[in-house]
Amino acid sequence: MCGIAGLIHRGKSSNVGSELQGMLQALKHRGEDSTGYALYGDTDGKNFIMRFKVGENVGEGSSSVMEDVSVYDERKKIVDQYLAEMGAKVLKEERTLPYSLRYEISYDKKDLLDFSQKIESIPGVEILSMGKSLEVIKDLGNAKAVCDRYSLDKLVGTHAIGHARMATESGVDIKSAHPFWGYPFSDVSVVHNGQLTNYWNNRRALENKGMRFMSECDSELIAVYIAQKMREGASLEEGMKDSLLGLDGVFTYFVATKDSLGMAKDTMAAKPLVLYESDDLVAMGSEEIAIRSVLPQEIDTYDPFDGEVKVWQI
Amino acid sequence: MANLKTSEKKSKAQSMGMHTEVLTGRTQQKFFNPDEAENFYYFGTYDVDFNKRTDLDVKDMSAPEANKEIDNLMSQGYGTIVIKNPQGKHSLGVGILNKLNLIFEGSLGYFGMGSCDGPTVRINGRVGWSCAENLMAGKVVIEKNAGSCFGAAIRGGDLICKGSVGARTGIDMKGGTIIIGGDAGAFTGFMMQRGRIIILGDVGINLGDSMYDGTIFVGGSIGSYGSDAVDSELTKSDQEWLKRKLKVAEIGENFDVSKMKKIVAGKKLWNYDNLEPTEKKGAI
Repeated sequence: MCGIAGLIHRGKSSNVGSELQGMLQALKHRGEDSTGYALYGDTDGKNFIMRFKVGENVGEGSSSVMEDVSVYDERKKIVDQYLAEMGAKVLKEERTLPYSLRYEISYDKKDLLDFSQKIESIPGVEILSMGKSLEVIKDLGNAKAVCDRYSLDKLVGTHAIGHARMATESGVDIKSAHPFWGYPFSDVSVVHNGQLTNYWNNRRALENKGMRFMSECDSELIAVYIAQKMREGASLEEGMKDSLLGLDGVFTYFVATKDSLGMAKDTMAAKPLVLYESDDLVAMGSEEIAIRSVLPQEIDTYDPFDGEVKVWQI
Repeated sequence: MANLKTSEKKSKAQSMGMHTEVLTGRTQQKFFNPDEAENFYYFGTYDVDFNKRTDLDVKDMSAPEANKEIDNLMSQGYGTIVIKNPQGKHSLGVGILNKLNLIFEGSLGYFGMGSCDGPTVRINGRVGWSCAENLMAGKVVIEKNAGSCFGAAIRGGDLICKGSVGARTGIDMKGGTIIIGGDAGAFTGFMMQRGRIIILGDVGINLGDSMYDGTIFVGGSIGSYGSDAVDSELTKSDQEWLKRKLKVAEIGENFDVSKMKKIVAGKKLWNYDNLEPTEKKGAI
């Protein structure tokens, strides 16, 4: 059992970091092994923001192997070297935690596949997100703990999705935590609640097409599956509708891009989702209490039906 | 039918048809013994006065605290309780085995009004998954929409949603009536064993899948039929019953019930004709 939440402000920006923290914290009983945020902040859209990790959180409850912190610095040096070789200029560098970094990068190529493959060829390095608006922040602990650790409560933007995870089929670590970046697409992220039963069949087929998987978490498949459909020319909504047939199992998931937010529910409607929709705000979560944390007044909400796909623009 | 007001207990039970006669398969005839009445009174219930009314603000309460306070108010004789600021909390109003007029000014989360027997409830908002699960008797009215598993395993009472509901409405239901003013999702009536579901709007795929018994009435379109679900003839008495029920439910009063579809189980899979406790209570 995991919890997912998302919101999109239409026509304005808001304090989405704080709002999503409240929504995910309301869902912490659905899992607090890890919590992740995909935040779409207000930027000038000129430079890329790359969130990446050079190691794992090996704190209490982690299933990762302890490493000497010195390897983090070694990995970071190689990342810096590769960026320079690819012509990417680091404009701003933040190191919130020894294993977690945020770079603002000037990089003029559109295709991020070669870029990502090069960076992730460094053992222990994973790009959590790459985009001109998107920032994926995920770590062990509940929503408040992660928000406090990364100071997310002041982030202003238009939309956000997040995930409170109870680890069931893969490890308690950052690489298995949601949201997943829709590699190699700029500004695409996914969160999921459910289980996928044809994970390995789909994974093998997608790996044969050159797509990469960083974890053994079945939810990662959704991000890769939709990214592949978009590579083949499908729109986000088309890719999501296709996933209802291509993915087997029970699931409710959200996908966000730079200017949109979508939801999809499997054909058995086995996983919960409550939705609130108005002209200027869409908020949704696994339980109504998530929505109530941002809209305490009486509102009209509903459950989307089985096999339903919806996409909203900012 | 005999005059129920003047009949003796035993003959009253039989006059009301409180027995089963299974004419197909095995032969058996079971009569309800009114001496069983003592089995239907719960320990710890209260005499309440419906005219004695109070408000309860649960904004800063947990669900167990709120439920305990409802019990406390009933013990003081309050028969009408208005719950303020439920704010989507889970498991509110569960396990009420009492006559009570309960009004929620807002929405409930999961498992609201679960395992109740007797209260009349109005929810001026929405409800999450599994509302009124295992309801034995009483009436629960939801003014807005409801989540999935609405009325799961209910055994009696009336459960009314004026809006739309999610998937698996009436799953495993063993009696009672569920009325939906809007649309219903997939697997409505999944494995239902008794009782009736009325949907005025459209319904999703696999309607009545693996249903054992019971009846589903649909006013709109049907996504698809589930295994064992088949059409049946809508009789005059069905239509009269539907009109009465919709009127009592304050929903779809002017709805043309003559065009509704009636869905039943295609096979008799097992014997589910034994009387439910709530039906027996009617004869006491």
